[in-house]
Amino acid sequence: MTGASVTALRTKDGWSVVPALTIAVLLGPIAAGLMGTLLPAFGGLRPGGGSAWSLEPWRQMAAEPGLGQGVWLSVKTGLLSTFAALLGCLLLVAGWQGTRVFRAMERMLSPLLSVPHAAAALGLAFLIAPSGWVTRLTSPWLTGWERPPDLLIVQDPGGWSLIAGLMAKELPFLLLMSLAALPQINVGERMLVATALGYGTVRGWMLTVLPALYAQLRLPIYAVLAYAMSNVDVALVLGPSTPPPLSVLILRWMTDPDLALRAPAAAAALLQLGLVVGAIGLWRLGELGAARMGRVMIETGARGAGWLDNMCRMVGVSIATLAALAIFGGLISQLVWSFAGRWRFPEALPSSFGLRSWDRHGEAALEVSLTTLGLAALAACIALLLVLGCLEAEHRRGRNLGRLGLLILYLPLILPQIAFLPGLQILLLQTGAARGLWPVLLSHIVFVTPYMFLALAGPFRAWDTRYATIGAAMGASADGVLWRLRLPMLLTPILTALAVGMAVSVGQYLPTLLASGGRLSTLTTEALALSSGGDRRAIGVWTLALTVAAWLPFAAALLLPQLVFRNRAGMLNG
Amino acid sequence: MADGLELRDLAIAHRDGRPLVAVSTQVKPGQVVSLMGPSGVGKSTILAAITGVLSPSFTCTGDIVLNGRSLMGLAPQKRRVGILFQDHLLFPHMSVGQNVGFGLPRRTTDRKARVAAALAEIGLAGFADRDPATLSGGQRARVALMRMLLAEPETMLLDEPFSRLDAELRERMRELVFSRATAAGLPVLMVTHDQADADAAGGPVIALS
Repeated sequence: MTGASVTALRTKDGWSVVPALTIAVLLGPIAAGLMGTLLPAFGGLRPGGGSAWSLEPWRQMAAEPGLGQGVWLSVKTGLLSTFAALLGCLLLVAGWQGTRVFRAMERMLSPLLSVPHAAAALGLAFLIAPSGWVTRLTSPWLTGWERPPDLLIVQDPGGWSLIAGLMAKELPFLLLMSLAALPQINVGERMLVATALGYGTVRGWMLTVLPALYAQLRLPIYAVLAYAMSNVDVALVLGPSTPPPLSVLILRWMTDPDLALRAPAAAAALLQLGLVVGAIGLWRLGELGAARMGRVMIETGARGAGWLDNMCRMVGVSIATLAALAIFGGLISQLVWSFAGRWRFPEALPSSFGLRSWDRHGEAALEVSLTTLGLAALAACIALLLVLGCLEAEHRRGRNLGRLGLLILYLPLILPQIAFLPGLQILLLQTGAARGLWPVLLSHIVFVTPYMFLALAGPFRAWDTRYATIGAAMGASADGVLWRLRLPMLLTPILTALAVGMAVSVGQYLPTLLASGGRLSTLTTEALALSSGGDRRAIGVWTLALTVAAWLPFAAALLLPQLVFRNRAGMLNG
Repeated sequence: MADGLELRDLAIAHRDGRPLVAVSTQVKPGQVVSLMGPSGVGKSTILAAITGVLSPSFTCTGDIVLNGRSLMGLAPQKRRVGILFQDHLLFPHMSVGQNVGFGLPRRTTDRKARVAAALAEIGLAGFADRDPATLSGGQRARVALMRMLLAEPETMLLDEPFSRLDAELRERMRELVFSRATAAGLPVLMVTHDQADADAAGGPVIALS
């Protein structure tokens, strides 16, 4: 009879297949993509057919004059923007958690998370361009400029506007990940002990809370670092163009009509992958160094309670405020431009408003919005089935996802898209499989699933399983408990996860561009295609449509439970 | 064969083999046996083993026999074991009536009438369409009891069911629960911290340590 009642819980059923299926859906395209990158980089999969071992793609790549600068830009912008975003996030949490200021910042930064990268980047470009709001508001009284100055602020060769854009966009992400992790580590008790011993808020937090928090923040940080080094959607808008960062260079070769350039592109994609791996290694070394410094600090017993504490708190809140201003200001600037009639420099506002830009671009934008949202809804619904299946399977097995599972989940977020999506495209073209919607849909699911799992796992696992006990005691099967109790009670977090997934899908650029072979237009691809043209009114319309498309599902996720549960107070406040 | 609930040398151990708790007892129909002891001693774990939802981090040996049937290896929904928790855990997304009717056997035809009658029995006539969140603590406790009884269990498990109620309500609830159990001839196993619960139950007390 040993353990008999345990086996009753773990009956074999269809659910145990879902985790394996999910792993296949996540790793399949990645493995295929890496293969499709690896082979052409060494002479395989040639456009005319045939393969032969060769290092020619690498020689072609090395002959590109801008390569060294592109590599340096990737490393510099990636490391600096990640460090600045992390610093801002940590100082804000350390210095302000539990205060009114912190709650205000939290409320301001959370909605920024779902603003697509392309929209945020274009917004920042609107603000800091020579004829943008920053110069308009300071001209001519401060700067003396009567016309837009001839300066390269956006797309500056040093990559500083790119760094600023990445930092502003990644800070809300790191902050939200911190807020999700903090409740599990007794911050209140730790801080009470530290401050009672005379430590300053920031110093005490860094020594007692950070070590526990950082362990949970590590994978999100690596994801941010990898993204910052290898993204194209922000780099196309804010990054320098001659020479561009490595990722943009790869994209240029990949989308060049000359198919012979696919081979050096594949080699460069592998180089980009190596750079990211190297940078993560370097970051890991930095973590070890910081930990050693922390231990030394603990032993000296310095309290850091005076001016340093105040300065750290000010730095934290300043970085976060700048990030919020950059993105919000950008959105408002796009709104104003889309309705602007005549708008002369250096006037702060247009002299007339009108609907002309909306008349001209509104219909097309609406049509593309529907495609974008339809694709997003389809990808998010499929990913939801996978995520719910995985969570229910782990519940029935009685064991949570291990370290390996978590790593697989994060792989699509950490592995640079530009390292394996070109390979996927080469493979799809070679096999003639790049037809129809499914390659795009599948590639979206790869990136949507991890975020939805992260959004839903907490609420799903936190559900009080005594409800399941009661339900089973009254004769409900495990499936009955799932459908009649657990899922309805989790409706709100499920809708939120769907909204997260749809926002991620709406913001995807490379997967849409490469997996569809450039044939599918979404709001992101359209907005980025317009970005080089400089028609601010058109960009305003398209980027607003893009942001609204990302926000709409969240609005639905807030409203629907209010309707469904309008007579169920326990579901709305409890 | 209504000979009650029997725990035969039931022993629960951690997965690594460390013993947690062991108990052997017979609860006759209509009788209430109280399990007492400090927290962490494994009282609720015994109830989990009986309902069939023991976490995989534990193993259990011995036998659990309900009216002549061994429950070991049986799926939770096949055991016919009713349970009440201290938080009454009404399903928040259902109406009061849907809560009470949740455990009614599938083939029940006069569902509405049965629910209405059950609610009337506990002084909540006409409450079927109400939101459970609008009920008072005492009302919730009664609904939870009725919900369990309508599923026609063969035994009743109580996991500190009265500890969240104030003194006066507690007394009335005890009386209601125990009288219903006696009337239905159900064996009752109660986990409690409160000596007064055990006194009111009047049955044997097993002290775990």
